[in-house]
Amino acid sequence: MIGIVGFGGYVPRLRLSRRAVVDANAWYAPQFAGKAKGSRAMANFDEDSLTMAVAAARDCLGTGGDRSHVAGVYLASGTLPFVERLNAGIVAEALTLDETIEAVDLGGAQRSALSAVSLALGKAGTSGGNRLVIAADNRKTRAASAQELDYADGAAALLLGTKNIVAEFLGSGTITADFVDHFRAAGEDIDYHWEERWVRDEGLSKIAPKAIAAALTHAKVEAGKIDHFIFPSTFARIDRQLAKTCGIRADAVVDSLAEGIGDTGTAHALLLLAHTLEKAKPGALILVAQFGSGTEAMVFRVTDAIKSFRPAKGVAQWIARGVEEKNYTKFLSFNDQLRLERGMRGEQDRKTALTTAWRERQAILGLVAGRCEVTGSVHFPPSRLSHDQGKPLLDTQRPYKLADRKGRVLSWSAEYLSFHKSPPHTYGQVDFEGGGRILMEFTDVAKGDIASDTEVEMVFRVKDVDDRRGYTRYFWKATPNRAVKPA
Amino acid sequence: MATGIKDKVAILGMGCSKFGERWDASPEDLMVEAYTEAMADAGIAPEQLDAAWFSTHMPDIGVGRAGFQMGIALRLPNIGVTRVENACAGGTDAVRGAVYAVASGACDIAIALGMEKLKDTGYGGLPVASPGTFIPQWYPNAVAPANFAQLASAYQRKFQVDPGLLKRAISRVSIKSHANGAKNPKAHFQQAITEEQCLKAPIIAEPLGLYDCAGVSDGAAAVIVTTPEIARSLGKRDLVTFKSVQLAASNGWEMHSNDWDGAYVHTARIAAKRAYAEAGVTKPREQISMTEVHDCFSITELVTMEDLGLSDDGMAVRDVLDGMFDADGKIPCQIDGGLKCFGHPIGASGIRMLYEMYLQLQGRAGPRQLRNPKLGLTHNLGGQPSQNVCSVTIVGHQGV
Repeated sequence: MIGIVGFGGYVPRLRLSRRAVVDANAWYAPQFAGKAKGSRAMANFDEDSLTMAVAAARDCLGTGGDRSHVAGVYLASGTLPFVERLNAGIVAEALTLDETIEAVDLGGAQRSALSAVSLALGKAGTSGGNRLVIAADNRKTRAASAQELDYADGAAALLLGTKNIVAEFLGSGTITADFVDHFRAAGEDIDYHWEERWVRDEGLSKIAPKAIAAALTHAKVEAGKIDHFIFPSTFARIDRQLAKTCGIRADAVVDSLAEGIGDTGTAHALLLLAHTLEKAKPGALILVAQFGSGTEAMVFRVTDAIKSFRPAKGVAQWIARGVEEKNYTKFLSFNDQLRLERGMRGEQDRKTALTTAWRERQAILGLVAGRCEVTGSVHFPPSRLSHDQGKPLLDTQRPYKLADRKGRVLSWSAEYLSFHKSPPHTYGQVDFEGGGRILMEFTDVAKGDIASDTEVEMVFRVKDVDDRRGYTRYFWKATPNRAVKPA
Repeated sequence: MATGIKDKVAILGMGCSKFGERWDASPEDLMVEAYTEAMADAGIAPEQLDAAWFSTHMPDIGVGRAGFQMGIALRLPNIGVTRVENACAGGTDAVRGAVYAVASGACDIAIALGMEKLKDTGYGGLPVASPGTFIPQWYPNAVAPANFAQLASAYQRKFQVDPGLLKRAISRVSIKSHANGAKNPKAHFQQAITEEQCLKAPIIAEPLGLYDCAGVSDGAAAVIVTTPEIARSLGKRDLVTFKSVQLAASNGWEMHSNDWDGAYVHTARIAAKRAYAEAGVTKPREQISMTEVHDCFSITELVTMEDLGLSDDGMAVRDVLDGMFDADGKIPCQIDGGLKCFGHPIGASGIRMLYEMYLQLQGRAGPRQLRNPKLGLTHNLGGQPSQNVCSVTIVGHQGV
């Protein structure tokens, strides 16, 4: 047996009010008045596809514990920050995975997430080990466009393998077709779209059913038996129409989260799949398909083991912890579409010493401290010398991971002096359970969210962007522990 | 009348990291490397340190701008740490602070440590540093090789030296240093070079070729100083004491008058004169056993031999070619390999030079050991020939 052994997702906390967008652009684009409903998930200023991929992977893998079972990372996205520099390699460092793992970036079409699943299943079958597929997207859109309202930012992750399977892989079908519903040339950052009616009637409606039929045949499953049908699209009701075409029950169609979250692009099929698995019953049959230069479709059967797996938070909780954002200019600024005055402090050169970044990669990307094996004291950053209990100790520190440990705010402040994309710039000292202290930034916070003794957890975020050279550096930030009961 | 510091301060211990392209080591790691060797050599605990001086030139690429970064890197027991920045003379200026603190009686034991991490900048040569707000508006965006290469053209003009002969002489400077560096496991470059390699090397700044230029490297060095009495009470014998530490800084004369001929370093002559006076050295050519001078470029070393009075004016070319400064010459220069082979981690170099003098005087220099040296001289030159700070330090056996 081969299939899904774990799943997780991530939806950024901010939810941009569509009403706010539509109202701001009404003078120019009154045709969107009918879309002024609900919200779309919006990445914070320090989130990108990579940070969201790490968040989804951590949701899937769980906090703490041994990760040596992961033998490969397959990162699918149309919006990875680096064209040359393995993005999956950054994710692997952030997750402190073993350096012997296979790591691959995939993209080119939104269905690449399912292509990654297909590759990972094959590799798990032939070479063993669990394979982590992550999909994330953070697409830029033109202001006053339909995509600005429909698209969303988010990520999802699946762990595939041959042991402890929660959803067995039954079969798949693929159609590859150069049907250009939209495209984005190399070096561009905004999609160009063709007319919706042609895309729907000539593309989705004709191409997707062929892949779905092939998957059902391969899986030896009748369409009518499918309990959950996932087909993400920004076209309303296309999923229902396809279900009908393919003979899938109307009640099997999985809600696309269009109302409150939006379409997360490459990530969306896996996000909906993870959301579905959170409440799926053993025996349930799932068909997940995604369009993009053709269609990839897959069939899974949920096993009894589903009862024993829970993601760290889960898509339902990520959805529940959203907070409405009514500042449209914040969205534009975060996406570099509105150039706000930064002041002179914003001119600071943020060049990264790549020698240092390499030498300290475990501390910076993995948040690995050093724990003195003699005294037990924890040092961040790790150092050759420890000085505890009155005597210096040389080379006694061993790697000690902090990313999954609880923290507590010792001291903090919030300031408007330094350049910050989302002021106030809030930072302070965080003490870790089990030892260790870091003066670090807080993120996803509003006034009143941080106080002394606030419990915090670690999130992997963009630390700085070097605009002159196009380099993004990453580090960890603290955010309040927000345990929210899903609705 | 000041009595100077002669024999008032002794070296209790020294340490020096491996110099080179230390991709493996952070700035803090380099400091730890030099510090732990120095502390072990001194045989003291951190609590016995009273004060510290920390030399680093480029804070933005190292550990920061103040002194406490050394306190943190070395987990020092909350003693005062003063950061010293005085260009290439910074290491020696840090030593001067520690030496003066002990000589004054303010401290029993003090440490001076220099460190520079140049290879985290991405630059092949020295990184570009900010010269302030005014200078960039009129001054050329000059680099060190061309600043020092001008010594060569001025020297040629003044003494009517054949350019080919001068090139051979400065090549000999580098060949000699590489021969020495080949015997030093802590040097960045540890291979001998030939005259042909030197003469055929690509030109960096006319007439200086690749082998006329010091390397760029990472490194750290540390010295722990105390009084001779305390050193003896801690069981030390064969003490190496300071005879003099002198600095001279330009006052603009070279830049703004038309009198300086550009063929020597004005401050070096002043610092040397003061250092000899403080040390009671009256005949440097007879009394100085060995030198470690600031060979940022081969021509600098050649000119420095005249500035220190070890060669007569206009005669350094002959003396160099005669082997006077070779390991088996009359006054060996750069017996450890010099900046040429160690590279020049700016804040550390002065203390690295002192480290070799200390080893030599204690008879601990292994295959490089000279026969019975009495007095060693170190020399640093920060800036450029026309405006700079120069330091001259003399150390030797106590009572010599």
